[in-house]
Amino acid sequence: MGEKSKGFFVTGDPLIYGADVAIIVTLLGIIIFLTVFKKWGWLWKEWFTTVDHKRIGIMYLVSSLLMLFRGGVDALLMRLQLAAPNTHFLTSQHYNEIFTTHGTIMILFMAMPFMFALFNIVIPLQIGARDVAYPFLNALSFWLFFFGALLFNLSFVVGGSPDAGWLSYPPLSEIAGSPGPGQNFYIWGIQISGIGSLATGINFLVTILKMRAPGMKLMKMPLFSWSVLSSCITIIFAFPVLTVTLALLFVDRYLGAHIFTADSGNPMMYVNLIWMWGHPEVYIVVLPAFGIYSEIVSTFSKKKIFGYKSMVFSMMIISILGYFTWVHHFFTMGAGADVNTFFAITTMAIGIPTGVKIFNWLFTMFRGRITISQPMLWTIAFIPCFVVGGATGVMLAIAPADYQYHNSYFLIAHFHQTLIGGVVFGYLAGLYYWWPKMFGFKLNERLGKWAFWTWNIGFYVCFMPQYALGFMGMTRRVYTYGWDMGWAPFNMVSTVGAFLMGIGFIFQAWQILYSIKNGEKDVTGDPWNGRTLEWSIPSPAPLYNFAVIPEVKHDDDWWETKKAMADSQYKKEPPQYEPIHMPKQSGIPFIMSACWFVVGFGFTFGWSYVGLAGLLGVGLCLLARSFQQETDYYIPVDEVRKTEASLGRVG
Amino acid sequence: MNQAISKHTHEHEHHHDTFKLLGFWIFLVTDCIIFACLFAVYAVLRGHTDGDLTGKELFEIKGFTAETFILLTSSFTSGLATLALHKGKKAQLINWLIVTVVLGLAFVGLEVSEFRTMVHEGASISTNGFLSAFFTLVGTHGLHVSFGLIWMTAVILQIRRHGINEKVKEKVTIVGLYWHFLDVVWIFIYTVVYLMGVM
Repeated sequence: MGEKSKGFFVTGDPLIYGADVAIIVTLLGIIIFLTVFKKWGWLWKEWFTTVDHKRIGIMYLVSSLLMLFRGGVDALLMRLQLAAPNTHFLTSQHYNEIFTTHGTIMILFMAMPFMFALFNIVIPLQIGARDVAYPFLNALSFWLFFFGALLFNLSFVVGGSPDAGWLSYPPLSEIAGSPGPGQNFYIWGIQISGIGSLATGINFLVTILKMRAPGMKLMKMPLFSWSVLSSCITIIFAFPVLTVTLALLFVDRYLGAHIFTADSGNPMMYVNLIWMWGHPEVYIVVLPAFGIYSEIVSTFSKKKIFGYKSMVFSMMIISILGYFTWVHHFFTMGAGADVNTFFAITTMAIGIPTGVKIFNWLFTMFRGRITISQPMLWTIAFIPCFVVGGATGVMLAIAPADYQYHNSYFLIAHFHQTLIGGVVFGYLAGLYYWWPKMFGFKLNERLGKWAFWTWNIGFYVCFMPQYALGFMGMTRRVYTYGWDMGWAPFNMVSTVGAFLMGIGFIFQAWQILYSIKNGEKDVTGDPWNGRTLEWSIPSPAPLYNFAVIPEVKHDDDWWETKKAMADSQYKKEPPQYEPIHMPKQSGIPFIMSACWFVVGFGFTFGWSYVGLAGLLGVGLCLLARSFQQETDYYIPVDEVRKTEASLGRVG
Repeated sequence: MNQAISKHTHEHEHHHDTFKLLGFWIFLVTDCIIFACLFAVYAVLRGHTDGDLTGKELFEIKGFTAETFILLTSSFTSGLATLALHKGKKAQLINWLIVTVVLGLAFVGLEVSEFRTMVHEGASISTNGFLSAFFTLVGTHGLHVSFGLIWMTAVILQIRRHGINEKVKEKVTIVGLYWHFLDVVWIFIYTVVYLMGVM
């Protein structure tokens, strides 16, 4: 930790002073804006206390894009440091902190909330439901994520950032290796948001199992819903392991226990436990992306998805097999040939269902009438990228060969290829696809194409050289290197690529701002000629989503309905409105999560009384909720009719 | 038509009840995994005593047997509470829940005094790997029980205020489920930690 652990505020680095100023200016800006325009009440009533899944989804989305920016800046700082040999742009300590926060933020505070944003925005609409199974818990999940992320990001300016890698292996992450609060920020930030993720997993599993519109049998469910189902099952089985692992690490650090210490505990047990969560975690984030691709490919090829059943089975197989591959992250531990063989085979086996899915997407496009829209562009780019990422994955799965690749830039290139090419491309495709449903307008096509090409070219320019660097012996987490290594040219190219991706992100920010003013309005609610239920309602969807819950008769039910409507014989029955049962909003999720923040902050600095006071607050919030009687209300028929009429739906 | 509407809304509310129960079952799955990990950690670190006192020397048979009987009995009384709930007998329901809470308190009290004795003997959480694993596993269970006590007290207060209605029924069922679950976990702790420890 060096000079950083001395004071409460992090000092001594111009970059951090710059960030301090930026944070203060932004905060002041927000506060002044809200006060001048009298928006505090609006913020509290419309957003902080909402239990509406659509709004929660939007809040998740905004947070994840902010985190993508923060994680992206971390990445660019790293690439600047590595661009040329013997650079002293960052110190080794600062570099350690930045690769730690980059990884943690991208997986836990960017990918996860981006995924939850899409869960929230799409799932109830796609299965014909009015909300999720537990709307209150859903709000709580979001605020837990929010305050967890806030706590983690605070470490940048207060107390010092964690610096032991994104998975914080002991003994380095123990108190002897990492004194000071940095590691505690890591533990509590992830712990608090992790509880939220677990709750979301349960919430959406029950939503999908119990709240589908009548007639929507599981095997008639759209594939995105299936992918969320499989992802949620994986969350439910994987996240408790993370909770335990982080709690035990904290017990070691806080109470001086010896669970993962090198003297009386067992550090390798930590590595096993964290990867028992960590490996399923990558499937948690990639499965929904697979679901998104399936929806998009089918919509823009104007064909039913090829091999629906095999798609479902592959996803379920992936979510199960995903639990049995974790040791491939540390073949070099020396668990023995038999153990390594088992995990090598399971890892390769997981490539089979994934390959099946790739072929299904290709066959769906085959002889389809393809429209190259923005979502489709990202989907088409994903396929070759993911195939290469998967193939290098199989190379890494060969245990004896892995002794060569282990912790080299080959590995770095591989997992970025699957996580960016698979997950980020997928979520961006989903963002473009469902954006009109969220906000009622499309994102500008021309700027989007600029973003797409800079992102994509940038990606290959950035990561292809890293495969070579891995073969040349460059290991991950080195903060500088000499001219004699011969790594300079490839590193320079890689840095250029990273900045191209950064430019892509700027194009996207520009695209969003531009389209808010000039975006093409979606008046039909069905801008893409979609196939599933979310396109049958107005954009953005009214509070209650469906004025009348649809009866599902077919797969791709909305597509079939549209075909039937085109028939001249078709007679639309006047809708029979009924009072709609809705959950009331509540401030408790926000307050309870703020209390959790106090808990985390207190224990991070070892101020036990602050932590305990926070826990007391959490307890009081739980009791307050338990004693609440009226938690829901009905929207009267007149109001439903009025809303539908104002949205241009005949009432 | 009116009839149809009321039937529909009724069904809808009915659905909401089963949602909570299903969700709670899934939550118990996750809690099971938490305990499974703690058991695994304990199994790995059982032998890491570094020459200090082992379980055989530390565990007192009388103490943990008493804890076991008390907790098992409390599970039984919480079952009796559920029976009273289904018969609609409010006073009986409250009384059995109070008995359950009192037994739970006795269990937590015994556990705390057991922990204190151990710490006085120089066996604390920071002594060695074995004791770290022991205290985290048994302590996590103890924290669960303590949380359950507060929860059950809150439910008792709600029954007193509102009597037995659909919401209260659901709450009693769920807290009872939680209580039985803790009992099952304790049986494993009793076997894996204490019995195998003193054998």
